[in-house]
Amino acid sequence: MNEKRGLSFYLLTLFFIIFVLFLYGPTFTIGLLSFQGPSGGLTFPMNGTSLHWFRNLFEQQAVGDIWGSFRRSMALGLIVMVVTVVVSLMGGLAFRTHFKGSSLVFYLVIGSLIIPSILISLGVGILFNILDIDVHWSTSGLGSQLTWTLPFGLLIMFAIFNRFDQSFEEAARDLGASNWQTLRHIVIPIIGPSLIGVALFGFTLSYDEFARTLLTAGSYNTLPLEIYGMTTSVTTPVLYALGTLTTVFSFVVIAFFFILFRVMTRRQR
Amino acid sequence: MTIRKTGKGWLLASPLVLILGFFLLIPVFAIVMVSFWGSTEYSYYPAFQFENYQFLLTSHVTLSVYLKTFMFAAITWSLCLLIGFTVAYYLAFHIRSLPVQILLFLICTIPFWTSNIIRMISWIPFLGRNGIANNTLQHFGVIDEPLEWLLFSDFAVILAFVHLFTLFMIVPIFNSMMRIDRSLIEAARDAGATGKQILTNVIIPLSKPGIMIGSIFVVTLVMGDFLTVRFMSGGQSASVGRVISNEIGLLQYPAASASAVVLLLTVLIMISIMLRFVDIRKEL
Repeated sequence: MNEKRGLSFYLLTLFFIIFVLFLYGPTFTIGLLSFQGPSGGLTFPMNGTSLHWFRNLFEQQAVGDIWGSFRRSMALGLIVMVVTVVVSLMGGLAFRTHFKGSSLVFYLVIGSLIIPSILISLGVGILFNILDIDVHWSTSGLGSQLTWTLPFGLLIMFAIFNRFDQSFEEAARDLGASNWQTLRHIVIPIIGPSLIGVALFGFTLSYDEFARTLLTAGSYNTLPLEIYGMTTSVTTPVLYALGTLTTVFSFVVIAFFFILFRVMTRRQR
Repeated sequence: MTIRKTGKGWLLASPLVLILGFFLLIPVFAIVMVSFWGSTEYSYYPAFQFENYQFLLTSHVTLSVYLKTFMFAAITWSLCLLIGFTVAYYLAFHIRSLPVQILLFLICTIPFWTSNIIRMISWIPFLGRNGIANNTLQHFGVIDEPLEWLLFSDFAVILAFVHLFTLFMIVPIFNSMMRIDRSLIEAARDAGATGKQILTNVIIPLSKPGIMIGSIFVVTLVMGDFLTVRFMSGGQSASVGRVISNEIGLLQYPAASASAVVLLLTVLIMISIMLRFVDIRKEL
């Protein structure tokens, strides 16, 4: 495979570079534009540079309840993350034995993944309405987001267990370990780093979720809903400043999970 | 033993089943039920009537909205497939060091964990009337007047779809390609196959499961979308999802439910056709 690189390699490399520019270019552009001077608009040219629009974010009256919605999104993201990890792990363990009716559960999970999000929003909204319960981000919002994060969590668990070497477990059992001991001391430490991946999906997908939370968050908005509301009313770069901050926050979260993953895999060696 | 095994399986799966039961199954039943209900201007009441469906299925708006949504889905799907396949092919077969491969793959997937709304907003400075695209084109004398159709148009909708959803195509195709036994390619080359023949006779057929999974993702995401179409068309373009979200906004839940049921059936039919080509469970 060590022959000289052909023309196709260079063409494909060029294609890949253009694709990456396409993927990240817009994000970096608004990153740049969020440093617009106080009189600057939504497009280039830059009218000087300033932190004006970031400062604007911290003034309560300028825009809606950004920080309240950020706190709610954080809290919700963390709850979704914990539930997704625990429930996906249990689900993954369940699917290791082909129990009767497991394919039904499997189809339920796939259905949850491919159902148009607006149906979840509408259906949960109607259900709570009929049951006469007020929708709230921590109840109906939480449940709706789980219909999006759990399928990803479970699919990752499938991928993990399909590649799992069962001989460790058999050895533990041969040595007289109970089911719980095997799980606690053998299985979970081995798949631990992969659970970090499930946690990453759980948190970030919840933190950015919009369509399934739209009708189910109630009167207190999550951050994406707040940003969406701003797009119709705010026409200054403060929107970009908020976008930049959220994206930077997402990058920090992703980096945090990756570092955690690296640390945990390294400890295993 | 099998009874115990079944019991244990269901016990472990019970949180999953309960959550999806309450927030997926029952809501879908609720939608189906309410789609037969009646409505007044500001509320709805239990009934069993076909009015909502009758109105929906005889309205000429429905047909044009579905055609428009199918158009969005078809164009987005072909572009995502073309770009996604090329990128996955490049990563899987042209990058030879594993760490570089993982790094480039991550670069392609990181946007998945960031906000879709922000990623849509970030097209404004590019496509706006005085945006980068128009300024550049004017600077080089390609156009005299700014192009009005760049932002808030069908073009912008499709651009945003491709921007948001191509990675749903890259990941499964890359996954399929990484499982292709490299000795098959060696064998094909030894047997005298050209690069193009290897691509069409070995790589594409063996990547089909990934292509299908990616296609299911992209098609269902586009079919059910309401946010991208609303935002990127500036409210000028319609799609099935937007019709439903408008009806929800007007508190016309029975009408929205009927539209939702029809959308769900449409999506299920499309998926069942695509699933004929692949067994998802084998691919994980």
